[in-house]
Amino acid sequence: MRRFTDFSGARPAHLLVLLPCLALAAYAAAFLLGDPASPTILTWFAGAVLAHDFVLFPLYTGTDRVLRLLPVRIINYVRLPLLGAGLTFVMFLPGIIRQGTVTHLAATSLSQQPYLGRWLWLVVALFAASGLAYLLRVVTTHARAKTSARPPIDRT
Amino acid sequence: MFMLRSAARRIRFRSPLRGPWLTSVFGAVLLACLPLVIITGLLDYVAYGPGQSSPADVGWLHLPIFDWPTRPSWLFRLTQGLHVGLGLVLVPVVLAKLWSVIPKLFAWPPIRSVAHALERVSVALLVGSILFETATGVLNIQYDYVFGFSFYTGHYIGAWVFIASFAAHTILKLPTMVRSLRSRSLRKELATPLARTRPEARDATGLVAADPAPPTMSRRGLLGAVGGGVLLVGMLTAGQTVGGPLRDLALLLPRGRQPGEGANHYPINKTAAAARIPADATGERWRLVLNAERAFTRNQLSALPQHTARLPIACVEGWSTVQTWTGVRLRDLSALAGVPHPVSALVASIEDGPFARATLNAGQVTDPDALLALRVNGADLSLDHGFPARIIVPALPGVHCTKWVRSIDFRRAR
Repeated sequence: MRRFTDFSGARPAHLLVLLPCLALAAYAAAFLLGDPASPTILTWFAGAVLAHDFVLFPLYTGTDRVLRLLPVRIINYVRLPLLGAGLTFVMFLPGIIRQGTVTHLAATSLSQQPYLGRWLWLVVALFAASGLAYLLRVVTTHARAKTSARPPIDRT
Repeated sequence: MFMLRSAARRIRFRSPLRGPWLTSVFGAVLLACLPLVIITGLLDYVAYGPGQSSPADVGWLHLPIFDWPTRPSWLFRLTQGLHVGLGLVLVPVVLAKLWSVIPKLFAWPPIRSVAHALERVSVALLVGSILFETATGVLNIQYDYVFGFSFYTGHYIGAWVFIASFAAHTILKLPTMVRSLRSRSLRKELATPLARTRPEARDATGLVAADPAPPTMSRRGLLGAVGGGVLLVGMLTAGQTVGGPLRDLALLLPRGRQPGEGANHYPINKTAAAARIPADATGERWRLVLNAERAFTRNQLSALPQHTARLPIACVEGWSTVQTWTGVRLRDLSALAGVPHPVSALVASIEDGPFARATLNAGQVTDPDALLALRVNGADLSLDHGFPARIIVPALPGVHCTKWVRSIDFRRAR
């Protein structure tokens, strides 16, 4: 038992879980053998990881690093609407950049024309809501500071 | 090798919020929701019916096959709405979970043992498959086929790679998740403002930063941001399934929009032009042919007993719409064709192509609300909605609600 653990680096139970699961994944992938599209599928599979880890992740952490130059009291009022804009941009990218115009038209009878404008309005709305929330906070903290600064009322 | 190591060392992850508790919160949400996404997706394969699912050959990789029922009539609307809707709203949680564990990607040494190597392979498959499934799904519902392979094949095989790696990850990490969740109280965390936000205790998971930066966001703020992302995506997508006034809120999705006029004002799936329906094929010349023996003009069909039913039409892409359909019951047509007890029916369209024919099971043919619809909401079907006649069956996947029907072959038991 000890020798097994030393060799594999974990308890046998660990392998008992991993090996069947990897075998299932391999069995699934085997259905792609002989499919002329399999290299494209594999490229997209690996590309999805690379695009996330080496493009999307550095992009948003890099943006956040720049944002952290802002004063702490306003940073999240910029961060959150920007996150919302980024999330919706990535998720609804095809419509926004008009990719797949022909298939979209064939499927729905509609053009992709409105999406970019709608997304821009959504981004404006997110920033406006955030700005409003900031204003509200400034006003309320200001008012609170004022009331606490006032001398206590003499009730005698 | 040396450069790689020094690069890995140079990348410093300094977020004061990363830690096993935070990762486990995201993990717990995904563990609760993703099985539903998986099961509803696999059910779709069954719903298409034997011999009609794609990819055709998947060996043992499917749920037990059963005759897809017609009741409740909103069954497919529910399963596919959940599959797509839940898959979409979980995107912010998946991204947050990946953010929370990213230091692991650069862990050094990359491989410590055989077991560690295998586990890293399974994690690579897990991350690859969830991103692959999300990307192909998101592109498919927006009709962007930039990926250049069959969506069905890619998404189905990818799903099984995900199921396998998700199962392994769940079994191996469940104890860590439970222990980490117990390490802090969620209620206390939700009451902790930025000023009192401290990093989690450093432990063997290696997620907590060695030299954490001062926090700019509380832990509850981060959870709120992810929850806000879920709400935002939910608000922008629910309408395509739920319909009603919410549909207008799905303003970035094709199925938030409804083309057509009056009675025919609801989403179209494939236009007559795209299906290459010849103009003269739907006019006076059109006949419905039953079992290659009997032919009916549209007027003759209108003269038969008509039945009206309010039924959803739900697409594999997750969107759906409920309309009031009027037409001839399929079981009446079957009786007219001399098959009073059909075991199935093959419906063919004027259209050519892979979805231009569909086989309905016995329950789908004989359901009292299963129709060859001629009218919708009191008016004739528009050409884009399948004029002269289309199939509408409760809980039948939308793609099998064949439009521009040309013939139906009712089959009797042998």
